[in-house]
Amino acid sequence: MTAIRLQINGADVADDVPPRLSLADFLRERRNLTGTHLGCEHGVCGACTVLVDGAPARSCLMLAVACDERRIQTIEAFADDPVMQALRRNFHQHHALQCGYCTPAMLITARDLILRRRAGSEREIRDGLAGNICRCTGYTNIVTAIAAAAKELGTEAANA
Amino acid sequence: MKAPAVDYVRPKSLAEAVDLLSQHPREARVIAGGQSLVAMMNLRVASPGLLIDISRLPELSLVSDDPNAVGIGACVTHAAIEDGQAADPSRGLMPRVAASLAYRAIRTRGTIGGSLALSDPAAEWPAVLTALDAEVVVCGPGGKRSIGCADFTTGVFETALAADEIIESVRIPKLSQDARWGYLKLCRKAGEFASALAVAVIDRTRGHSRVVLGAANGAPLVLDHTSRLLSNGGPEPRNAVAADLDRAADRHFDEFQRNLHIVAAMRAVRQVLQ
Repeated sequence: MTAIRLQINGADVADDVPPRLSLADFLRERRNLTGTHLGCEHGVCGACTVLVDGAPARSCLMLAVACDERRIQTIEAFADDPVMQALRRNFHQHHALQCGYCTPAMLITARDLILRRRAGSEREIRDGLAGNICRCTGYTNIVTAIAAAAKELGTEAANA
Repeated sequence: MKAPAVDYVRPKSLAEAVDLLSQHPREARVIAGGQSLVAMMNLRVASPGLLIDISRLPELSLVSDDPNAVGIGACVTHAAIEDGQAADPSRGLMPRVAASLAYRAIRTRGTIGGSLALSDPAAEWPAVLTALDAEVVVCGPGGKRSIGCADFTTGVFETALAADEIIESVRIPKLSQDARWGYLKLCRKAGEFASALAVAVIDRTRGHSRVVLGAANGAPLVLDHTSRLLSNGGPEPRNAVAADLDRAADRHFDEFQRNLHIVAAMRAVRQVLQ
Protein backbone atom coordinates (compact mmCIF):
# COMPACT_ATOMS: atom_id res chain seq x y z
CA MET A 1 0.00 0.00 0.00
CA THR A 2 1.20 3.47 -0.82
CA ALA A 3 -0.20 6.66 0.67
CA ILE A 4 -1.46 9.23 -1.82
CA ARG A 5 -2.98 12.67 -1.53
CA LEU A 6 -4.73 14.22 -4.46
CA GLN A 7 -7.57 16.52 -5.37
CA ILE A 8 -10.68 15.01 -6.89
CA ASN A 9 -13.38 17.32 -8.20
CA GLY A 10 -12.17 20.09 -5.93
CA ALA A 11 -11.99 18.02 -2.75
CA ASP A 12 -8.73 16.93 -1.09
CA VAL A 13 -8.52 13.17 -0.78
CA ALA A 14 -6.02 10.97 1.05
CA ASP A 15 -5.92 7.19 0.73
CA ASP A 16 -3.68 4.14 0.73
CA VAL A 17 -3.64 2.27 -2.54
CA PRO A 18 -1.92 -0.80 -3.94
CA PRO A 19 0.38 0.37 -6.80
CA ARG A 20 -1.40 -1.86 -9.33
CA LEU A 21 -4.70 0.02 -8.84
CA SER A 22 -5.62 2.14 -11.85
CA LEU A 23 -6.94 5.65 -11.43
CA ALA A 24 -10.19 4.45 -13.03
CA ASP A 25 -10.71 1.71 -10.46
CA PHE A 26 -9.69 4.08 -7.68
CA LEU A 27 -12.34 6.58 -8.79
CA ARG A 28 -15.05 3.96 -9.27
CA GLU A 29 -14.39 1.54 -6.42
CA ARG A 30 -12.95 3.80 -3.71
CA ARG A 31 -14.59 7.15 -4.44
CA ASN A 32 -17.86 5.86 -5.90
CA LEU A 33 -17.45 8.14 -8.94
CA THR A 34 -19.03 5.72 -11.38
CA GLY A 35 -19.47 8.23 -14.20
CA THR A 36 -15.98 7.23 -15.31
CA HIS A 37 -16.52 4.09 -17.36
CA LEU A 38 -14.19 1.25 -18.28
CA GLY A 39 -14.37 -0.39 -21.69
CA CYS A 40 -11.15 -1.86 -23.00
CA GLU A 41 -8.72 -1.16 -20.13
CA HIS A 42 -5.85 -0.66 -22.57
CA GLY A 43 -6.28 2.89 -23.79
CA VAL A 44 -8.18 2.32 -27.02
CA CYS A 45 -11.89 2.90 -26.29
CA GLY A 46 -11.60 6.20 -24.42
CA ALA A 47 -14.55 5.55 -22.08
CA CYS A 48 -12.40 6.21 -18.99
CA THR A 49 -11.14 9.64 -20.06
CA VAL A 50 -10.88 12.14 -17.18
CA LEU A 51 -8.92 15.34 -16.67
CA VAL A 52 -5.56 15.11 -14.90
CA ASP A 53 -4.19 18.55 -14.04
CA GLY A 54 -6.67 19.94 -16.54
CA ALA A 55 -5.69 17.77 -19.49
CA PRO A 56 -7.58 14.72 -20.76
CA ALA A 57 -6.02 11.38 -19.85
CA ARG A 58 -6.95 7.72 -19.83
CA SER A 59 -7.70 6.76 -16.25
CA CYS A 60 -7.21 3.07 -17.16
CA LEU A 61 -3.61 3.83 -18.15
CA MET A 62 -2.75 5.84 -15.06
CA LEU A 63 -1.93 4.22 -11.78
CA ALA A 64 -3.57 5.84 -8.78
CA VAL A 65 -0.16 6.00 -7.06
CA ALA A 66 1.15 8.09 -9.94
CA CYS A 67 -1.68 10.61 -9.33
CA ASP A 68 -0.28 11.61 -5.96
CA GLU A 69 -0.51 15.42 -5.68
CA ARG A 70 -2.42 15.69 -8.94
CA ARG A 71 -5.77 17.30 -9.64
CA ILE A 72 -8.41 15.00 -11.10
CA GLN A 73 -11.73 16.02 -12.64
CA THR A 74 -14.36 13.47 -13.57
CA ILE A 75 -17.67 13.89 -15.35
CA GLU A 76 -19.24 14.57 -11.94
CA ALA A 77 -17.18 17.80 -11.71
CA PHE A 78 -18.67 20.06 -14.35
CA ALA A 79 -22.01 21.28 -12.97
CA ASP A 80 -20.98 24.94 -13.22
CA ASP A 81 -18.87 24.71 -16.36
CA PRO A 82 -20.38 26.77 -19.21
CA VAL A 83 -18.76 24.68 -21.98
CA MET A 84 -20.05 21.48 -20.41
CA GLN A 85 -23.51 23.00 -20.00
CA ALA A 86 -23.61 23.85 -23.70
CA LEU A 87 -22.41 20.37 -24.62
CA ARG A 88 -24.97 18.65 -22.39
CA ARG A 89 -27.79 20.72 -23.80
CA ASN A 90 -26.72 19.98 -27.37
CA PHE A 91 -26.14 16.27 -26.72
CA HIS A 92 -29.72 16.21 -25.43
CA GLN A 93 -31.21 18.24 -28.28
CA HIS A 94 -29.36 16.35 -31.02
CA HIS A 95 -29.89 12.92 -29.48
CA ALA A 96 -26.14 12.36 -29.33
CA LEU A 97 -26.34 9.25 -27.18
CA GLN A 98 -28.13 5.97 -27.06
CA CYS A 99 -26.84 3.62 -24.38
CA GLY A 100 -24.75 6.40 -22.82
CA TYR A 101 -21.74 4.28 -21.96
CA CYS A 102 -19.28 6.42 -23.92
CA THR A 103 -21.03 9.71 -23.13
CA PRO A 104 -19.14 10.97 -20.04
CA ALA A 105 -15.81 10.63 -21.84
CA MET A 106 -17.28 11.98 -25.08
CA LEU A 107 -18.29 15.10 -23.16
CA ILE A 108 -14.88 15.47 -21.51
CA THR A 109 -13.11 15.01 -24.85
CA ALA A 110 -15.49 17.39 -26.63
CA ARG A 111 -14.98 20.03 -23.96
CA ASP A 112 -11.22 19.76 -24.45
CA LEU A 113 -11.61 20.06 -28.24
CA ILE A 114 -13.71 23.20 -27.86
CA LEU A 115 -11.35 24.78 -25.33
CA ARG A 116 -8.34 24.05 -27.56
CA ARG A 117 -10.30 25.37 -30.57
CA ARG A 118 -10.17 22.04 -32.36
CA ALA A 119 -13.89 21.81 -33.08
CA GLY A 120 -14.04 24.16 -36.05
CA SER A 121 -15.16 21.69 -38.69
CA GLU A 122 -16.72 18.25 -38.98
CA ARG A 123 -13.34 16.83 -40.03
CA GLU A 124 -11.59 18.34 -37.05
CA ILE A 125 -14.23 17.07 -34.63
CA ARG A 126 -14.12 13.57 -36.12
CA ASP A 127 -10.31 13.51 -35.88
CA GLY A 128 -10.52 14.72 -32.29
CA LEU A 129 -13.05 12.03 -31.40
CA ALA A 130 -11.01 9.19 -32.94
CA GLY A 131 -9.93 8.08 -29.48
CA ASN A 132 -13.47 7.73 -28.15
CA ILE A 133 -15.42 4.76 -29.42
CA CYS A 134 -19.23 4.75 -29.58
CA ARG A 135 -20.93 1.52 -30.64
CA CYS A 136 -24.49 2.92 -30.84
CA THR A 137 -24.75 6.21 -32.62
CA GLY A 138 -22.50 6.01 -35.66
CA TYR A 139 -21.11 9.33 -34.35
CA THR A 140 -23.25 11.52 -36.62
CA ASN A 141 -25.34 13.04 -33.84
CA ILE A 142 -22.34 13.36 -31.53
CA VAL A 143 -20.46 15.34 -34.17
CA THR A 144 -23.54 17.47 -34.83
CA ALA A 145 -23.99 18.20 -31.12
CA ILE A 146 -20.35 19.19 -30.62
CA ALA A 147 -20.39 21.42 -33.71
CA ALA A 148 -23.57 23.08 -32.44
CA ALA A 149 -22.10 23.62 -28.97
CA ALA A 150 -18.90 25.04 -30.45
CA LYS A 151 -20.89 27.40 -32.64
CA GLU A 152 -23.07 28.45 -29.74
CA LEU A 153 -20.06 29.13 -27.53
CA GLY A 154 -18.23 30.94 -30.31
CA THR A 155 -21.27 33.16 -30.87
CA GLU A 156 -21.60 33.81 -27.18
CA ALA A 157 -17.94 34.79 -27.00
CA ALA A 158 -18.34 37.17 -29.97
CA ASN A 159 -21.33 38.87 -28.33
CA ALA A 160 -19.66 39.15 -24.94
CA MET B 1 -7.99 -6.84 -17.36
CA LYS B 2 -6.24 -5.43 -14.33
CA ALA B 3 -2.50 -4.98 -13.88
CA PRO B 4 -0.67 -7.58 -11.78
CA ALA B 5 0.68 -6.71 -8.34
CA VAL B 6 3.75 -4.50 -8.48
CA ASP B 7 5.87 -2.30 -6.23
CA TYR B 8 6.31 1.39 -6.97
CA VAL B 9 8.97 3.98 -6.21
CA ARG B 10 9.33 7.60 -7.22
CA PRO B 11 13.00 8.55 -6.97
CA LYS B 12 13.97 12.18 -6.42
CA SER B 13 16.78 12.34 -8.99
CA LEU B 14 17.92 10.66 -12.17
CA ALA B 15 20.99 9.35 -10.32
CA GLU B 16 18.73 7.69 -7.75
CA ALA B 17 16.57 6.23 -10.53
CA VAL B 18 19.63 4.77 -12.30
CA ASP B 19 20.84 3.40 -8.97
CA LEU B 20 17.48 1.70 -8.32
CA LEU B 21 17.42 0.30 -11.83
CA SER B 22 20.92 -1.14 -11.52
CA GLN B 23 19.96 -2.76 -8.21
CA HIS B 24 16.92 -4.44 -9.79
CA PRO B 25 17.88 -4.92 -13.45
CA ARG B 26 15.59 -7.91 -14.00
CA GLU B 27 12.36 -7.04 -12.22
CA ALA B 28 12.32 -3.24 -12.48
CA ARG B 29 10.77 -1.27 -15.31
CA VAL B 30 11.06 2.46 -15.74
CA ILE B 31 7.70 4.19 -16.10
CA ALA B 32 7.20 7.69 -17.50
CA GLY B 33 3.77 8.34 -19.07
CA GLY B 34 2.93 4.66 -18.86
CA GLN B 35 0.79 4.84 -21.98
CA SER B 36 2.25 1.62 -23.35
CA LEU B 37 3.57 0.01 -20.17
CA VAL B 38 0.32 0.21 -18.17
CA ALA B 39 -1.62 -1.09 -21.18
CA MET B 40 0.85 -3.98 -21.41
CA MET B 41 0.48 -4.60 -17.67
CA ASN B 42 -3.32 -4.54 -17.94
CA LEU B 43 -3.07 -7.05 -20.78
CA ARG B 44 -0.60 -9.07 -18.64
CA VAL B 45 1.97 -8.89 -21.41
CA ALA B 46 4.31 -7.17 -18.95
CA SER B 47 4.52 -7.96 -15.26
CA PRO B 48 7.39 -6.03 -13.73
CA GLY B 49 8.11 -6.46 -10.03
CA LEU B 50 8.99 -2.81 -9.50
CA LEU B 51 8.02 0.39 -11.26
CA ILE B 52 10.48 3.26 -11.10
CA ASP B 53 8.47 6.41 -11.84
CA ILE B 54 10.69 8.98 -13.55
CA SER B 55 7.84 11.16 -14.83
CA ARG B 56 8.43 14.00 -12.37
CA LEU B 57 12.22 14.21 -12.46
CA PRO B 58 12.88 17.85 -13.34
CA GLU B 59 16.07 17.03 -15.25
CA LEU B 60 14.06 14.87 -17.67
CA SER B 61 11.62 17.63 -18.58
CA LEU B 62 14.25 20.16 -19.65
CA VAL B 63 14.35 21.62 -23.12
CA SER B 64 17.63 23.19 -24.20
CA ASP B 65 17.98 25.39 -27.23
CA ASP B 66 21.48 26.14 -28.53
CA PRO B 67 22.52 27.48 -31.95
CA ASN B 68 22.91 24.07 -33.57
CA ALA B 69 20.59 21.73 -31.74
CA VAL B 70 17.62 21.37 -29.44
CA GLY B 71 17.70 18.96 -26.53
CA ILE B 72 14.33 17.58 -25.48
CA GLY B 73 14.08 15.85 -22.12
CA ALA B 74 12.92 12.25 -22.15
CA CYS B 75 9.76 13.05 -20.18
CA VAL B 76 8.53 15.84 -22.44
CA THR B 77 5.09 14.76 -23.62
CA HIS B 78 3.87 14.43 -27.19
CA ALA B 79 1.23 17.07 -26.37
CA ALA B 80 3.93 19.57 -25.29
CA ILE B 81 5.66 19.04 -28.64
CA GLU B 82 2.33 19.24 -30.50
CA ASP B 83 1.48 22.51 -28.77
CA GLY B 84 4.88 24.09 -29.41
CA GLN B 85 5.77 24.26 -25.71
CA ALA B 86 9.14 22.70 -26.53
CA ALA B 87 11.55 24.46 -28.90
CA ASP B 88 11.21 22.98 -32.38
CA PRO B 89 14.46 22.17 -34.24
CA SER B 90 12.56 20.66 -37.17
CA ARG B 91 10.70 23.54 -38.78
CA GLY B 92 7.30 22.08 -38.01
CA LEU B 93 7.97 18.39 -38.58
CA MET B 94 7.98 17.36 -34.92
CA PRO B 95 4.75 19.18 -33.93
CA ARG B 96 3.08 17.67 -36.99
CA VAL B 97 4.28 14.19 -36.05
CA ALA B 98 3.23 14.62 -32.41
CA ALA B 99 -0.28 15.64 -33.49
CA SER B 100 -0.59 12.46 -35.57
CA LEU B 101 0.37 10.21 -32.70
CA ALA B 102 -2.41 8.27 -30.96
CA TYR B 103 -5.08 10.40 -29.27
CA ARG B 104 -4.89 13.63 -27.32
CA ALA B 105 -5.63 11.83 -24.03
CA ILE B 106 -2.61 9.59 -24.74
CA ARG B 107 -0.40 12.45 -25.95
CA THR B 108 -0.89 14.42 -22.73
CA ARG B 109 0.84 11.62 -20.77
CA GLY B 110 3.02 9.75 -23.28
CA THR B 111 6.61 10.91 -23.64
CA ILE B 112 9.19 11.10 -26.40
CA GLY B 113 11.69 9.13 -24.29
CA GLY B 114 9.14 6.45 -23.54
CA SER B 115 8.39 6.03 -27.21
CA LEU B 116 12.09 5.58 -27.97
CA ALA B 117 12.71 3.25 -25.03
CA LEU B 118 9.89 0.95 -26.11
CA SER B 119 10.68 1.26 -29.82
CA ASP B 120 7.44 -0.20 -31.05
CA PRO B 121 8.17 -0.80 -34.74
CA ALA B 122 5.07 1.19 -35.70
CA ALA B 123 5.92 4.15 -33.47
CA GLU B 124 6.56 7.56 -35.00
CA TRP B 125 9.51 8.96 -33.04
CA PRO B 126 12.18 6.32 -33.80
CA ALA B 127 11.70 6.83 -37.55
CA VAL B 128 11.31 10.61 -37.41
CA LEU B 129 14.28 11.15 -35.10
CA THR B 130 16.39 8.88 -37.30
CA ALA B 131 15.46 11.04 -40.30
CA LEU B 132 16.47 14.14 -38.31
CA ASP B 133 19.81 12.52 -37.38
CA ALA B 134 19.10 12.94 -33.66
CA GLU B 135 21.13 11.48 -30.83
CA VAL B 136 19.75 9.77 -27.75
CA VAL B 137 21.53 10.79 -24.55
CA VAL B 138 21.35 7.98 -21.99
CA CYS B 139 22.45 7.85 -18.38
CA GLY B 140 23.78 4.78 -16.62
CA PRO B 141 25.80 3.97 -13.50
CA GLY B 142 29.03 4.85 -15.35
CA GLY B 143 27.77 8.21 -16.62
CA LYS B 144 26.26 9.47 -19.84
CA ARG B 145 26.70 8.43 -23.43
CA SER B 146 25.15 9.40 -26.76
CA ILE B 147 23.74 6.97 -29.26
CA GLY B 148 22.79 8.00 -32.80
CA CYS B 149 19.11 7.34 -33.41
CA ALA B 150 19.94 5.18 -36.41
CA ASP B 151 21.77 2.84 -34.03
CA PHE B 152 19.43 3.22 -31.07
CA THR B 153 16.52 1.06 -32.19
CA THR B 154 17.99 -2.30 -33.09
CA GLY B 155 14.87 -4.33 -33.81
CA VAL B 156 11.25 -4.98 -32.84
CA PHE B 157 10.98 -3.55 -29.31
CA GLU B 158 14.78 -3.79 -29.08
CA THR B 159 17.19 -0.95 -28.41
CA ALA B 160 20.84 -0.27 -27.64
CA LEU B 161 19.83 0.80 -24.13
CA ALA B 162 21.59 -1.28 -21.47
CA ALA B 163 19.50 -2.83 -18.69
CA ASP B 164 20.71 -0.21 -16.21
CA GLU B 165 20.43 2.86 -18.46
CA ILE B 166 17.69 5.48 -18.65
CA ILE B 167 17.13 7.90 -21.53
CA GLU B 168 17.84 11.44 -20.40
CA SER B 169 17.12 13.43 -23.54
CA VAL B 170 17.14 13.53 -27.30
CA ARG B 171 19.47 15.97 -29.04
CA ILE B 172 18.14 17.03 -32.41
CA PRO B 173 20.22 19.07 -34.89
CA LYS B 174 18.39 22.15 -36.12
CA LEU B 175 17.22 22.11 -39.70
CA SER B 176 18.46 25.02 -41.80
CA GLN B 177 16.10 27.67 -43.10
CA ASP B 178 15.96 26.14 -46.56
CA ALA B 179 15.45 22.60 -45.29
CA ARG B 180 12.30 20.74 -46.32
CA TRP B 181 10.52 17.72 -44.96
CA GLY B 182 7.74 15.33 -45.88
CA TYR B 183 5.80 13.08 -43.53
CA LEU B 184 3.20 10.50 -44.32
CA LYS B 185 1.46 8.15 -41.94
CA LEU B 186 -0.93 5.64 -43.43
CA CYS B 187 -3.53 4.24 -41.07
CA ARG B 188 -7.20 3.42 -41.40
CA LYS B 189 -8.32 5.58 -38.49
CA ALA B 190 -6.85 8.79 -37.06
CA GLY B 191 -4.58 7.96 -34.14
CA GLU B 192 -4.02 4.30 -34.91
CA PHE B 193 -0.58 2.83 -35.18
CA ALA B 194 0.73 3.26 -38.71
CA SER B 195 0.39 0.61 -41.39
CA ALA B 196 3.12 2.53 -43.17
CA LEU B 197 5.08 5.60 -42.16
CA ALA B 198 7.58 7.59 -44.18
CA VAL B 199 9.67 10.64 -43.32
CA ALA B 200 11.82 12.53 -45.82
CA VAL B 201 14.17 15.32 -44.80
CA ILE B 202 16.48 17.33 -47.02
CA ASP B 203 18.76 20.01 -45.66
CA ARG B 204 21.16 21.07 -48.42
CA THR B 205 22.94 23.62 -46.25
CA ARG B 206 23.96 20.87 -43.85
CA GLY B 207 24.41 18.28 -46.61
CA HIS B 208 21.79 16.07 -45.01
CA SER B 209 19.16 14.10 -46.86
CA ARG B 210 17.43 11.07 -45.48
CA VAL B 211 14.29 9.08 -46.20
CA VAL B 212 13.20 6.68 -43.49
CA LEU B 213 10.39 4.16 -43.23
CA GLY B 214 8.71 3.29 -39.95
CA ALA B 215 6.26 0.45 -39.32
CA ALA B 216 8.68 -1.67 -41.35
CA ASN B 217 8.75 -4.90 -39.28
CA GLY B 218 11.88 -3.83 -37.43
CA ALA B 219 14.03 -0.83 -36.70
CA PRO B 220 13.40 2.29 -38.79
CA LEU B 221 14.53 1.52 -42.31
CA VAL B 222 16.82 4.15 -43.84
CA LEU B 223 16.30 4.15 -47.62
CA ASP B 224 19.82 4.79 -48.88
CA HIS B 225 19.16 4.86 -52.63
CA THR B 226 16.12 7.05 -52.17
CA SER B 227 17.97 9.41 -49.83
CA ARG B 228 20.75 9.87 -52.42
CA LEU B 229 18.23 10.42 -55.16
CA LEU B 230 16.51 13.03 -53.00
CA SER B 231 19.79 14.90 -52.44
CA ASN B 232 20.25 15.05 -56.22
CA GLY B 233 16.71 16.38 -56.64
CA GLY B 234 16.10 13.33 -58.79
CA PRO B 235 12.91 12.14 -60.47
CA GLU B 236 10.07 10.19 -58.85
CA PRO B 237 11.78 7.60 -56.72
CA ARG B 238 9.61 4.49 -57.15
CA ASN B 239 12.49 2.41 -58.49
CA ALA B 240 14.87 3.64 -55.81
CA VAL B 241 12.37 2.85 -53.03
CA ALA B 242 11.77 -0.58 -54.55
CA ALA B 243 15.51 -1.21 -54.71
CA ASP B 244 15.89 -0.14 -51.08
CA LEU B 245 13.11 -2.52 -50.05
CA ASP B 246 14.71 -5.35 -52.05
CA ARG B 247 17.95 -4.77 -50.17
CA ALA B 248 16.12 -5.13 -46.85
CA ALA B 249 15.51 -8.80 -47.54
CA ASP B 250 15.11 -9.67 -43.85
CA ARG B 251 11.94 -7.59 -43.46
CA HIS B 252 9.51 -9.97 -45.22
CA PHE B 253 6.87 -7.61 -46.55
CA ASP B 254 3.91 -9.09 -48.38
CA GLU B 255 2.90 -7.42 -51.65
CA PHE B 256 0.30 -5.21 -49.97
CA GLN B 257 2.66 -3.98 -47.26
CA ARG B 258 5.40 -3.46 -49.79
CA ASN B 259 3.14 -1.32 -51.90
CA LEU B 260 2.01 0.70 -48.84
CA HIS B 261 5.64 1.44 -47.97
CA ILE B 262 6.42 2.49 -51.54
CA VAL B 263 3.37 4.76 -51.65
CA ALA B 264 4.21 6.31 -48.26
CA ALA B 265 7.84 6.94 -49.23
CA MET B 266 6.90 8.43 -52.61
CA ARG B 267 4.33 10.76 -51.10
CA ALA B 268 6.73 11.91 -48.39
CA VAL B 269 9.41 12.58 -51.03
CA ARG B 270 6.87 14.38 -53.19
CA GLN B 271 6.05 16.72 -50.28
CA VAL B 272 9.75 17.60 -50.09
CA LEU B 273 10.09 18.23 -53.82
CA GLN B 274 6.92 20.32 -54.17
